[in-house]
Amino acid sequence: MAGTQPARSPRQAGLPRHWRLILGALLLAAAVAGPFLFYPVFLMKALCFALFACAFNLLIGYVGLLSFGHAAFMGTASYITAYTVKAWGFEPLVGILAGTAVAAVLGTGFGWLAIRRQGIYFAMVTLALAQMVYFVALQAKFTGGEDGIQAVPRGRLLGLVDLGDPLAMYYFVLVVFLIGYALVYRTIHSPFGQVLKAIRENEPRAISLGYRTDRYKLLAFILSATLAGLAGSTKSLVFQLASLTDVQWQMSGEVVLMTLLGGLGTVFGPVVGAFIDVGMENYLAQYGSWVTVIQGVIFVVCVLTFRRGVVGEIIHLAQRVTAGRTEAPPPAAVAQTAPGE
Amino acid sequence: MLSFLPHIALPPTPALFAQLLIGLINGAFYAMLSLGLAVIFGMLNIINFTHGAQYMLGAFCAWLALNYLGIGYWPALILAPIVVAAAGMVLERLFLRHVYKLDHLYGLLLTFGLALIIEGLFRQYYGSSGQPYSIPDGLTGARNLGFMFLPNYRAWVIVASLAVCFGTWFLIERTRLGAYLRAATENPTLVQAFGINVPRMVTLTYGFGAGLAALAGVLAAPIYQVSPLMGSDIIVVVFAVVVIGGMGSIVGAVLSGFVLGLVEGLTKVFYPEASNTVIFVVMAVVLLVKPAGFFGRTA
Repeated sequence: MAGTQPARSPRQAGLPRHWRLILGALLLAAAVAGPFLFYPVFLMKALCFALFACAFNLLIGYVGLLSFGHAAFMGTASYITAYTVKAWGFEPLVGILAGTAVAAVLGTGFGWLAIRRQGIYFAMVTLALAQMVYFVALQAKFTGGEDGIQAVPRGRLLGLVDLGDPLAMYYFVLVVFLIGYALVYRTIHSPFGQVLKAIRENEPRAISLGYRTDRYKLLAFILSATLAGLAGSTKSLVFQLASLTDVQWQMSGEVVLMTLLGGLGTVFGPVVGAFIDVGMENYLAQYGSWVTVIQGVIFVVCVLTFRRGVVGEIIHLAQRVTAGRTEAPPPAAVAQTAPGE
Repeated sequence: MLSFLPHIALPPTPALFAQLLIGLINGAFYAMLSLGLAVIFGMLNIINFTHGAQYMLGAFCAWLALNYLGIGYWPALILAPIVVAAAGMVLERLFLRHVYKLDHLYGLLLTFGLALIIEGLFRQYYGSSGQPYSIPDGLTGARNLGFMFLPNYRAWVIVASLAVCFGTWFLIERTRLGAYLRAATENPTLVQAFGINVPRMVTLTYGFGAGLAALAGVLAAPIYQVSPLMGSDIIVVVFAVVVIGGMGSIVGAVLSGFVLGLVEGLTKVFYPEASNTVIFVVMAVVLLVKPAGFFGRTA
């Protein structure tokens, strides 16, 4: 499924360096000051989803694989963490690691199966496999069926920090998010990430250059599933709940929406998309199913006229401004999305 | 017939046949829906995620027509597919035609968004619970086949779906129009050069696929409850059916639909806990042994 994004010249690498540093510092300051300005649970939810979307974007944005079943990893990890922490009294960090590890194992199995097919079949295979996880979660004893696992204790981090305190929990979630984000960033900018992009642009060519693309795709899938699991595990501690919502296919659709809205193939786009989507759900909650309708409208608008997403559009604009000063690069013939770093 | 499973205690025969019948009914719907998906995919190169919503729309059209206009089952069986097909053609002209030149994934995302809009609207106005739709007068009751009771309506659904599947196969594989369609699938530019209006054929194909989904929806209305969620429940299973069968052939789509319905019914007899997941397990096994699917042209 070559061609999610068009080939691009190296000079289109994203925002200028000093812009990125300033922006990064501002965002970090905002993240630290956040809980004093906004409701911490809202921010924690947004951060969990942001990590989830970044993990998802690693596949769609950089390998060109659309997984329509990422809720399976998030949901499974969330159940495992909730169960181990509540029933077995695991320390929160160990519980999170357990959930993440199970998501990694599940990701290995699903990835191994799914990479046998390309393009839309890949999307349908992942969707179907995730639906299987949903039914298992619905019927298994330990998940609590329709009730889910409720009243999960947040516990004390390493026996020292009481995570029941909203501020402590917030900064813990922030650290988890930053670790995950750094991992994604590092992956994308590593030689491994370059091979992933080569596969996205033209898989047969990558194969002819001697890369075993299946291994790269599988590794990327496992990494993505693991990080999605990390997000799910953390989320179950934030809400002290693991429920069917996390494994439903609607959740898989929602992470697609976040990434598409923020900008496919941009490192920061999914974060922006996640904050917009979570914010929208938060403020429009009383309008019931209209939220679903609005999400559908966003999908349609994004696909038809806004394929770069918010961040992609900003990068595109910045590039035109900076390029205008020197010399304007010719626009790509069929620019579908303008990926940026 | 089950001598190859000697170690499993056989359930009483009526129960077995009852479950097989349910499986056959489910299979009939899988077959009709995956058939529509295959027809649309062949022509538009789009996986129509709106298919489930169109199936739901068909059932709702029949329900609304009965409750607000007093139009009964038989007229609805004709009217609902026409209405949904027309709505589908409008969607195709307004939205879908803009993504044909893009990556396939955008078609999937676009139709997914449209499905969300349709389902969200219906959930907003009609809630998530199902509305009953009664079996038409002529088809109530059941007949005794000797080994089991066969409800008349279910027999009608199986006959109707087989007829629909055969009709579609005949239309596409054996008529001049179908020949144009298959040619346009292979090489639209060349067919256009012969003076055939390919964009109009694409629109009609999408309308036909949507109408097929709506027809399945009307047939389903008296069996399952009419609910805004009925489409999304079934579409994921149909996707798995499509992965197993491959979208290359019409016969493949129909055959795998019926066979998987039966497999599901059998699982309900022997291991009920797995009946929801068995199709996905079959899909995983098929991916292992025959990655392109049973009737797939290309992966």
